[in-house]
Amino acid sequence: MSRWLQSLLSRRDVLRAGAGSAAALVGAQAVGQVPPAAAMDHTKMPPPATSPKGHGEHGGNLLVGTVDHVRNGFDPMQLLTDWDGGKVSRLPNGQTLRDYTITAQEKEIEIAPGVFFPAWTYNGRVPGPTLRCTEGDRLRITFFNHTSHPHTIHFHGVHAAEMDGVPGAGPGEIQPGASFVYEFDAEPFGCHLYHCHATSLKRHIHKGMYGAFIVDPRGGRPPAREFMMLQNAFDTNFDGANEIYAVNTVGFEFARRPIPVKKGELIRLYLINILEFDLINGFHLHANFFNYYDTGTTLEPTSRIVDTITQGQGQRGILEFRYRFTGQFMFHPHISEFTELGWMGLFNVVESANYAAALKDAGLDAAWDRRATQGSTVKGQGA
Amino acid sequence: MSTNVPNPAKTGTASSLWGLAILPVLLLGAVLAYLVATGGGLKGLSGLPVEQLNIGRITLPERGVITMQVVNDSPQTMTIPQVMVDDAFWNFTADPPGPIPRLGSTTITIPYPWVEGEAHSITLLSTLGATFTATIPVATLTPQLSGSLFARFGLVGLYVGLVPVLLGMLWYPWMRRLSGRAMNFILSLTVGLLVYLAIGTWLDAQEFAVGLPAFWQGTPAITLIAVLTVGVLLAISGKRNADEQPLGLSYRIATGIGLHNLGEGLAIGAAFAMGEGALGTFLILGFTLHNITEGIGIVAPLVKRNPGLKQFFLLALIAGGPAILGTWIGGFAFNPVLSTVFLAIGLGAIVQVVWEVGQLVVRNTARLGLPVAGWSNFGGFTAGVALMYFTAFMVKF
Ligand SMILES: [Cu+2]
Repeated sequence: MSRWLQSLLSRRDVLRAGAGSAAALVGAQAVGQVPPAAAMDHTKMPPPATSPKGHGEHGGNLLVGTVDHVRNGFDPMQLLTDWDGGKVSRLPNGQTLRDYTITAQEKEIEIAPGVFFPAWTYNGRVPGPTLRCTEGDRLRITFFNHTSHPHTIHFHGVHAAEMDGVPGAGPGEIQPGASFVYEFDAEPFGCHLYHCHATSLKRHIHKGMYGAFIVDPRGGRPPAREFMMLQNAFDTNFDGANEIYAVNTVGFEFARRPIPVKKGELIRLYLINILEFDLINGFHLHANFFNYYDTGTTLEPTSRIVDTITQGQGQRGILEFRYRFTGQFMFHPHISEFTELGWMGLFNVVESANYAAALKDAGLDAAWDRRATQGSTVKGQGA
Repeated sequence: MSTNVPNPAKTGTASSLWGLAILPVLLLGAVLAYLVATGGGLKGLSGLPVEQLNIGRITLPERGVITMQVVNDSPQTMTIPQVMVDDAFWNFTADPPGPIPRLGSTTITIPYPWVEGEAHSITLLSTLGATFTATIPVATLTPQLSGSLFARFGLVGLYVGLVPVLLGMLWYPWMRRLSGRAMNFILSLTVGLLVYLAIGTWLDAQEFAVGLPAFWQGTPAITLIAVLTVGVLLAISGKRNADEQPLGLSYRIATGIGLHNLGEGLAIGAAFAMGEGALGTFLILGFTLHNITEGIGIVAPLVKRNPGLKQFFLLALIAGGPAILGTWIGGFAFNPVLSTVFLAIGLGAIVQVVWEVGQLVVRNTARLGLPVAGWSNFGGFTAGVALMYFTAFMVKF
């Protein structure tokens, strides 16, 4: 009896710690389900669960199934290298003119296997086309609004007020069925972005109206294998918080299909954060360090030999690195929550001799490889 | 007026009578077929699909595994393509896999390394991006049916149900020596405690009902089942001869209390199964104290005739035994639908005996020449409610 009283007293201390869990502990002990120390003393906890059955390579943290990229009309892997130089011609003054047509469209896209999102898109894809040009080029973007809501295109860069793509400036919001031509010179060079700036801003951005806008310096950058990674996310239940995080829209796509690269070659990432509802995103490279060019507006790195960077909403940068070892190496933001909700991928680093096979493994062809390695020569298309 | 105008109802043949009865049914069938086939010109009103999912029982059958039952509660077929555990997408299997038809169910099994004693949350993501979240408040292995656990759960039910009822009955010899007036006080006290139990049973039933898929219509179902139970019991009691009334009344009180205790057992068992067993030795003590007055209530109608030990034991078994049964069902085979039904029946049974004991009080008071709403009755009623209310402090958190 006295032993029982003693245990009752010690349980009272437990009760003070927290009514809910403590009560459960007492209850569990009453029927002898759990050793009493289990929930309190972590050193005496039962051994952690062995790896769960039937999981994938990442401990079960994965999306089940695959996304139908053909139905979507875009593939995150192709978006990595899908530079759009526009229709190139020359103005009488010798300046390169790049003509683009961008159409706002409403489209349901598959953002995770079996999960559909009623997106608002530029040219039916999320992200929109990766506009790529050289500093000083004249850009002429004809924008058609084929949706039921007013939209705009706001370009990061330097331009006249009426070309800013915000309500109240120039034509303001472009009404359904209407069109407008945005025209300006590409400057400064860097890794920029464009997005809709119609109100309500949050909704127009997070519904998918954004894309990469890369301005190459006149002298170019050193040859490299280049990729465009746009960090985005989707609030599927419209509660103001994202359910799915990704690079180029589809969660875990580059974990399922690691990106093939060659050992020792220079790799350049154009990294853009267009996250809504979360203040920051980031990038962490495994087994490697990189040089970082904040906003890409300098030819000298703004951070050297770092392995993690953080980007706030709308921030961009260029990362340059080489792999010293072959193997599969993870990249993800060092924000665990986003990592486990889809924003995680792998580089498949191989010897040059094995590269063709690695391409084939990822379902890629020589054209993809060519685009990846000739990105900085896009300027050559008319210049 | 001519007297030989035939009355159609009388002159019609049996087959034409059936024809008249079936005609509206046939026409209704035609209207429904038209609506289903053509949309009845209402297509524009159909609107967007609505997804509703009811997450039922979650179990942790072994280390590293979570299973959950889900019922599609929406007006159309739906699919669960992705599952998140603790804000991370996770591998899972569904049985049966694929789309879940309306009112259909599936079992989702997730290989997840859950942590003993900690909380976990599971979110199911639908095709349309809707989320349905459930939590495991305290993760612990779901009890598996084993001899020793079966015995321990039985012991819990014994402490909470049978023991206090039996202890309460030990007041019987003392009650027999009480004056008519004091006995009336005890009967009023019985009414008070039964009213408290009725409210408690109603609330418990509600708690189970809110967890049910919407199509079960939990709240109206509880009310209707309770009302039907009262009706059935009143009809039965109306048939009895007045001579066996005291023992019969005791049996009905015992039955009502028994169903209430079944609900109490269900709650205890289910709490253990969900790792939330807020009922240790300390709480079992509380329940024992709380339930002791139930024994008084059962034997109160019997003071004028001693029915013998065997009857007392049977009464105690009917009132207290179900707590043992409830603990087993709740711990090993919890079913919220059946639990709600049992509690609703219990509510009806208790309401019916409140009515009957109330009448007994009224008759006795009249015989003593006292006012029905006098201080004695009112005091007894208040004492009954208060006893239940304050002893419940032990078991409420
Ligand atoms: Cu817009």
